[in-house]
Amino acid sequence: MITIDKVSKHYGSFQVLTDCSTKVAKGEVVVVCGPSGSGKSTLIKCVNGLEPFQAGAITVDGISVGDPKTNLSKLRSRVGMVFQHFELFPHMSITDNLSIAQEKVLGRSKDEARAKGLKLLERVGLKAHAEKFPGQLSGGQQQRVAIARALCMDPICMLFDEPTSALDPEMINEVLDVMVELAQEGMTMMCVTHEMGFARKVANRVIFMDKGLIVEDDSKDAFFGAPHSERARQFLAKILQH
Amino acid sequence: MSYQWNWSIFSSPVPTGETTYLGWMLSGLQTTVTLSLCAWVMALALGSLMGVLRTVPNKWLSGLAAAYVEVFRNIPLLVQLFIWYFVLPELLPFGLGDAFKQQLNPLTQQFLSAMVCLGFFTSARVCEQVRAGINSLPRGQKNAGLALGFTLPQTYRHVLLPMAFRLVVPPLTSEFLNIFKNSAVCSTIGLLELAAQGRQLVDYTAQPYESFIAVTLLYVLINVVVMSLMRVVETKTRVPGYMGSK
Repeated sequence: MITIDKVSKHYGSFQVLTDCSTKVAKGEVVVVCGPSGSGKSTLIKCVNGLEPFQAGAITVDGISVGDPKTNLSKLRSRVGMVFQHFELFPHMSITDNLSIAQEKVLGRSKDEARAKGLKLLERVGLKAHAEKFPGQLSGGQQQRVAIARALCMDPICMLFDEPTSALDPEMINEVLDVMVELAQEGMTMMCVTHEMGFARKVANRVIFMDKGLIVEDDSKDAFFGAPHSERARQFLAKILQH
Repeated sequence: MSYQWNWSIFSSPVPTGETTYLGWMLSGLQTTVTLSLCAWVMALALGSLMGVLRTVPNKWLSGLAAAYVEVFRNIPLLVQLFIWYFVLPELLPFGLGDAFKQQLNPLTQQFLSAMVCLGFFTSARVCEQVRAGINSLPRGQKNAGLALGFTLPQTYRHVLLPMAFRLVVPPLTSEFLNIFKNSAVCSTIGLLELAAQGRQLVDYTAQPYESFIAVTLLYVLINVVVMSLMRVVETKTRVPGYMGSK
């Protein structure tokens, strides 16, 4: 589904990603973790072309992301993305947030888009809030709406960029519950997250990054059981300490 | 001070007899309002376009918009007005300048020069405000639009601009008020707008206090109307749950 092949990226002389390669198969859930500044958010943004990269290749569903001839908008409409800060459109009601891209990008009718939006809103447990505005919802609710908004486009895979790190602790679980459910339904997912509980529960593989390099790319059991790099061991020891 | 107040001057007929001095004032008011509104429409359209261009990821387009702003922002309004009215018609090719000078009636010449001048001058300021509005939005908003499959123009149209314009309603209100006040500069090319009518009334009647008190009140009236109008715009476009709202 997603193939990342020797991707490198630099801002001026600062190297952000170095020779990153990995694959995400259909139906697989891959968690990307690592210390801040390790390039994990940048890597995931390269996957749908939100960040350009200078070397290497990324293909999603057989389509090359870096190829200037690729219709990136069309590709992005098939790849759902959820952001750290939700990024709902504040001037639109929840219903409009869910339906606007369906109408403008996929060409669905207003009624069809609305119905689909409501269905997914119900799925994330927020049907009662359909007519509210994003600013009237809590962070956790907004993030669930953001997930529903991405799902409205019937994505072939989902990218999550630290979806819970801007949330109050109490709200993290309501978002993770939605993600776990999604993973169990067989959605292909690439998640940048520090939620190791989530990784243990649903991830097939864990990628550990440090300083722009993919240091570990292993099955979840191997990663949590016996990471082979010292850096990953330190990282795990620190975040699992409490 | 032995000043003879005479408020009834406004109801006296002007020397040519076709109207009263109040009629002159009102015709000046009408010119000021028409001129400023036309120039504002132009400034808003051009300024928004340039403001968007300043933020696009293409250095040629954003450079062009930056140069545009610097030109129209750094030359004094009065100098720009003289260039539009006195200089530019001499420089136009293909007899366009002659056509402008000979075939249009002088009032139209003055009005057009004044409108274009105020329009461009104000558009540079509108541009900077629109740009500031767009840049003040979280970066993720643009990414969110693009990630949903919107093209860049669609992202501007549906995601960035609706919020950016809401954020800059207060500074745009100031610009809207400024354009009415700046229009007084256009009396220097002979356009009989409100300030010019005020001066003309002094020349004919030697009643400067009455004249300029009336002019002042009429400008205040315009600004009160504009401010109330913009307050309505601000309230109507307020986003529930967002800054400044309940």
